[in-house]
Formats: sequence, C-alpha cells, structure tokens
Amino acid sequence: MSLLEIEKLGLAIGGMKILKDVDLAIEEGEVLGLIGESGSGKSMTALTVMRLLPHAMQATGRVTFDGIDILSAPESAMNRLRGDDIGMVFQEPMTALNPVKTIGEQVAEGIRWHTGASRADAEAEARKILDRVGLPAAKFPLSRFPHELSGGQRQRVVIAIACALKPKLLIADEPTTALDVVLQAQILDLLRDLVDERKMGLLLISHDLAVVADMADRITVMRHGEVMESGVAATILTEQAHPYTRQLAHASTHVPDRRPPAAGSAAPLLEVASVTKDYPGRRASLFRKPEPFRAVDDVSFSLHEGQSVALVGRSGCGKSTLARMILALDRPTGGAIRLDGAETSAMDEAALKASRRKMQVVFQDPYGSFDPRHKVERLVAEPLHLMEKQPSAAERRDMVAAALHEVGLAPRDMEKYPHEFSGGQRQRISIARAIITRPKLVVADEPVSALDVSIRAQILDLFADLNGRLGVAYLFITHDLTVARAITDQVMVMHDGRIVERGDTGAVLDDPQSEAAQALVAAAPDLSRALARRLSGRG
Amino acid sequence: MSEASAPYEAPPPQSLARLAFANRSFLTGFVITALIAAMALLSFLWTPYDITHLIVADRMKPMSWQHPLGTDHFGRDILSMIMIGARNSIAVAVVAVGIGMGLGVPLGCWAAARGGWVDEALMRFNDVVFAFPALLSAVMITAIFGPGAVNAIIAIGIFNVPVFARVARAGALSLWPREYVLAARAAGKGQVLITVEHILPNIASMLLVQGTIQFALGILAEAGLSYLGLGAQPPMPSWGRMLFDAQTRMMVAPWQAIFPGLAIVVTVLGLNLLGDGLRDVLDPRLRRER
Repeated sequence: MSLLEIEKLGLAIGGMKILKDVDLAIEEGEVLGLIGESGSGKSMTALTVMRLLPHAMQATGRVTFDGIDILSAPESAMNRLRGDDIGMVFQEPMTALNPVKTIGEQVAEGIRWHTGASRADAEAEARKILDRVGLPAAKFPLSRFPHELSGGQRQRVVIAIACALKPKLLIADEPTTALDVVLQAQILDLLRDLVDERKMGLLLISHDLAVVADMADRITVMRHGEVMESGVAATILTEQAHPYTRQLAHASTHVPDRRPPAAGSAAPLLEVASVTKDYPGRRASLFRKPEPFRAVDDVSFSLHEGQSVALVGRSGCGKSTLARMILALDRPTGGAIRLDGAETSAMDEAALKASRRKMQVVFQDPYGSFDPRHKVERLVAEPLHLMEKQPSAAERRDMVAAALHEVGLAPRDMEKYPHEFSGGQRQRISIARAIITRPKLVVADEPVSALDVSIRAQILDLFADLNGRLGVAYLFITHDLTVARAITDQVMVMHDGRIVERGDTGAVLDDPQSEAAQALVAAAPDLSRALARRLSGRG
Repeated sequence: MSEASAPYEAPPPQSLARLAFANRSFLTGFVITALIAAMALLSFLWTPYDITHLIVADRMKPMSWQHPLGTDHFGRDILSMIMIGARNSIAVAVVAVGIGMGLGVPLGCWAAARGGWVDEALMRFNDVVFAFPALLSAVMITAIFGPGAVNAIIAIGIFNVPVFARVARAGALSLWPREYVLAARAAGKGQVLITVEHILPNIASMLLVQGTIQFALGILAEAGLSYLGLGAQPPMPSWGRMLFDAQTRMMVAPWQAIFPGLAIVVTVLGLNLLGDGLRDVLDPRLRRER
C-alpha cells in the first residue's frame, strides 16, 4: 500500500467546486511533482492532506496516510501527525518563521511537543538537524533570530523544522518560488538529499515544469481542480501526450519572435557613467560613524535606442537599486546618468519632467503596483501628467483606450478597478501605463517573475511585440535566465554591486566567462537540459 | 501561489453602505449616535421645560410623568438639561476632532513625505505634546485664558493634533514604498500631488476610525473639564457640571447624578461601537475573518 493515497478527492466551498475527483499516490522515498498554475487546486490538495483547510470547505472522497483515514481522523490525532509524520515547507520563507523567536526555539518546539523531550535534548536534536540542512553551529548558533538570516537560510530553517522528526512525508509548496535561481538550486539539492537519506515521500508542488523535471519520479499535472495527466516523470515530459502538458512545456521554454534591432543612431539613449550608490550601514557603536554599505559600485554601461538589454543577478546584487537611479527615483552617490544627452542624475524634479516622459517603469508585483482605489482609466493615465500640454478629458480617454488596445485589453476595461483583473491582465495594465507617453526606454523590474508560465509567455510576447512596433528600448531586470534569453539582445551580469560581464545574450548564456555568470547559468532550471540529464542517466 | 498571499483589495465602493449596516456593532453605534445627535438638534426647537426658569418649589423632584428624569436643586427639568447639554458635548468634540485632523493630518503627511530632519523634528515635538497629561494641560490652558466652551475646545483640539499626526504618518510611511507610489513618482508627480491622490484616500479609513475614537475621548474630556468648572459656563448646562452639582446630593437625589452620567456613558459607548464597526467594515482583512 502506498504511503499516501488520495482517491476521488472533492472539495467545495459554498456551491463552488474547487477540486474534482483528484487521485494521487505517493510511495515511501518517492518524489511526486504536482504541477499546475495558480488556482489549479494544487495547494488546496496539500492543505487537505494536512487538514489545514479554511473553515466552511467540505472535502469528499478518501485520503489515507499510512493507514490512517485523514478526512475522518479527530483533530487530536491530526495534531500528532502534523509536524511528526507529515512535515510541510511553505513558499514564503519571510513569513513562515515567527520573528520574535530564535531559530533554535522554533526547531526545538516541534521536537519537544511531539516527543516530550527535555529542552536540552530537544536543542541538541535541533542542532543536529540545522547542521544537516547546512547551517553549521559556528556561524548559525541556535540563538539567531530569523531577521538575521537571508531568504535562502530561512528556507533552510523551515526545512529543518519540517524534517526534524524524520517525517514519512514532506510536503513542499513552491519551496523555491521566492528565491533566486542559485538559492533555488541549493534548496532543491538539499530536499533531494534528505529524501534519499531518510526514505521520505516528497510532494513537491510547483508551477514550473523545469523545476520538477530534475527532481520528481512521477508527475501529476492539475488544472482547474482536476488531474489532467499523471505518470512517470520522464515519460510525461518526453512524450508530452496530454495537450495541456505540452502547452506548459512550451510555455516554459517559450521564445517570442523578435526582429533583430534596427541599427540605431550612434549616440546612446541611456548612458550610465561610473555610478556608485552608498547606503548608510549599521552603526557599530554610538560614537563611531557607520560604515556605508556600497550597493552599486562603479557601474558604467550604455544602451541604444530600440535595444533590449537584460540586467541579471542574484537577489541583493544591487540591480533594483541601479534601476531606481536610472528612473531618477534615487540619486547616485557618485557618477552620472544621462538619458538622451540630458544628465538626469543632476536635475531637480521640475527639470526632470521632459526626461521622465522618455522613460517609464513596469514593476514585478501585479498586485502592489496599482492604487486599489482608482479605476483603470485613472491608473493608466497617470503618466499623462508629464505631457507638456495637458490633454482634455476626451483626449485622455482616447489615449487610455489606445494604450489598452496596444496591450490586448478592451477599451471598456478602463471602467474597472484593478482587483477585477487577474495577475496577467494587471501586468498588461502596468505595461499600458508605461507606454502611454510613448517612452523611448522602459525599465522592467522582474516583470514576469510573479506570473504563471503560460501567462509569462504571453507577457513576454507582448514585450517583444511592443519592442518591434514602437521601437521601445528595454532594460529588463531579472534573475531568470530564460526570460533574458527570450527577449533580450544583450545581457549584463551583476554581482555584488558591479557589472562583471556583458555581451550578446546567446554568447553570455552559452559560454559564461565570469564566476557569477557561470553560477547563474548552472543553477537555472532548464527543461530540455534536465530531460537530457535524466535520459542519459537512465541509458 | 501568489493568489493565496491575500493582496490588499479595496472593496468596491457601492457596497460599502450595505456592508456597514450588516455589521452589528456599526449598526448599534450608529443608532445610538444618531439618537443623541437628534436629541441635541431637537433641543434647539423644543425642550420639555425652559431651563432658564428656576422653580424652587419643584426642586429635587424624583422621576414622574411631569419630569421623566426628575428635577435638580433649582427645580430645572433634568431631561431638558441633558438635551441641551448634548449640544455642548457634541460641539466641543466635533470642533476638537476638526482641529486635530485639520492640523495633525497635514503635519503627519508632511513628515512622512519629507522624511529626514522635518520628520524627526515634527515627531519629537509630537512626543513632547504627548508627554503632557492631556487633561492637566487643558486645565492649564483654561486657567490662563479663562474658562469657557471655546477655550475647552482649543485645549482638547491641541491634544488631538499629535494623535492624528501619528496615525497619518504611520499610514503614509507604509504607503510611500508601494510600487504604485513609485510609479506615480516615475510619472513626475510631486509629493503634494501624490499625497492628495494616493496617500490620503488610502489612509482615510484609518483616520475615520481614529476620528470616532477621538470624538468619544473629546466628549469625556469635555465632561471632565466642565466638571472642574472649566468648560461651558452657567446658565448653559453641560453634562460634566450636572454631575458636579449632583455630587453633594447623591444620597438625597441620586437621579440628578445618574442620568447625566448615563448620557455620557451611552454616548461614548455608541461612538466606540461605531468606531469598531467602521474599522471592521473598512479593513477588508478583518472582514474576511468574520
């Protein structure tokens, strides 16, 4: 019998069906990849196994874990299971830990509760598991607090909590979505080693086929609360028999059609000359001046009209700081930034108006980039404030309608509020807002990393299309090399505030020279590479 | 899933009123507050008795059909006095909240928008004002400028300023790093315009809730001041002074103390319920948990 067996699981809230006849099974020591886009019900399936569903949800069907009928087990029995035999790793390491407790307490807590061990024993046990997940005692004593750790380190603590009691089943719900590619690769390695070592079952939930391609023994693909396809990973990924699986696979390797950039004029559109940015660091003592922290260190580059350039690097390498300076939202500590010959880094807000018309921005978070109290018309029209002659109300509506049309939305959408749109649609609105003044440069800060793969492919197509039609130059900030490969001509690799490599996208990604670039390329999940690896391993 | 991280969603405006009246504590608070306000308004047109006429023969009458809440030591009808006293309480609290919002909100928004030394200076000054016990300082102000309703209003109003400044600044600070504010800055909008268009509408609900709380506190403070004889002056009745007058006669004529006391309690309770209800209605995160 399997470790976990789910048969004909249905889930409804009110009259709405969220899950329909979901079947899955996990054996001991097996990795099951559960794939699906947002809203496909994959997280709900995981929460059902833990019985952590929101109230008012009715589950039907049968869920058996290790011979126990989960759906009818009393709450006290579930409490004994959770954290002991079933561990869970959440997506967001920033909120999954209690900020006022030390990491030692948080790991030991579960051990003490489930085994009744003394504090000293539990802490010794906690120390062991933290060592195992790569947080050695010398650098990470138990007395550390979560805010003293980076995102990747916090996710290791979460994994330590989940694995402390040697669970039989580990559920990992998008464990690496919030991390950059290098950390993602490290965390996935850790999970795989733990599974091999302890013969755990692992339910790995992800929206990205490439992530699970390397990890999973079997794959289940879900959509709209139903299982689309299920089977051995290699077979599913190579044959792609089901149209939806094929669609997902295509989307994750999607490359939009792009015309090669027209040979632009000789003068660069954007010129960044030895730009430096210091932030005040932490004060070591009351009487000493704090050492400044250098976020961007002597960066110089230029960008021509119509060119699309990616700025890639790990989180915290200074790429977003650089973007803010280019957008004149922050002033550099040293160096100069010139847009179309005008030195934006030395201008005051009034003088900047003309330059601001030429550059706009698209942000990562499709939820946070709109004022929730304004209608789309007002949101998209915001940059029109920069026009020399303020358009009349009717002209404004026409311009908004035109911008919405450019990004594939209907003019009547301008009467709606942002929460009436899905993530992908909001990102379209965001792009409409960025292009309404017909800028020459659009800075896009991780514009697709919060989106599902198939939506991501559509948005990338849109970027490529606008680049071709309107001749907009892009500066794409991303940690995802597939995005860089899909849509940019050149790549700059940033590491610790410096640009360590620059070149044509294909050349840099296929043959990276610098260490930082090599690490990024090696860590990037890549479906075709993962498949090749699996097949060669077998044959 | 990104959908599960519960983004902040503003409720569609048209359904707000319906939601509000479906909330039990909002409804109760609203009804009580509306009744008190109606009573104060009615007193301009009609009261059961004329309170400027002292009828000594009728003094300290207990509750009866002629005088539903009894009479005081001058023979004035207590119901009439409570009705007229409501005017004073409400007027003082309204104007004091107005002063607090009118000065505090711009100061708080300014501090949040400018940051740096402006922020530091304003907020430390706030701390200093906060450090004074409000009622004692109000006593000081009325002692210097003389007792009277206007001075009471100013005294209470001044102590509302730092409260609103803090709430506004805290709300505004959390909004400034939002991406939609960055987008507005990238659209070349200045601090004033961004504050008016994006910051204020998004902190309005917090301010409204704080307003109802300060309103209740204002009514309490006015009662306290007029209890000490520093609020509205006779013959204008006020709830606080009615309590003071009743104090010595508690054993003989308890109704003289009970009813103004009840009036204060009920009004403050009503306003607090209203504030609680408003917060639940306006904050979608709280609403979802219900």
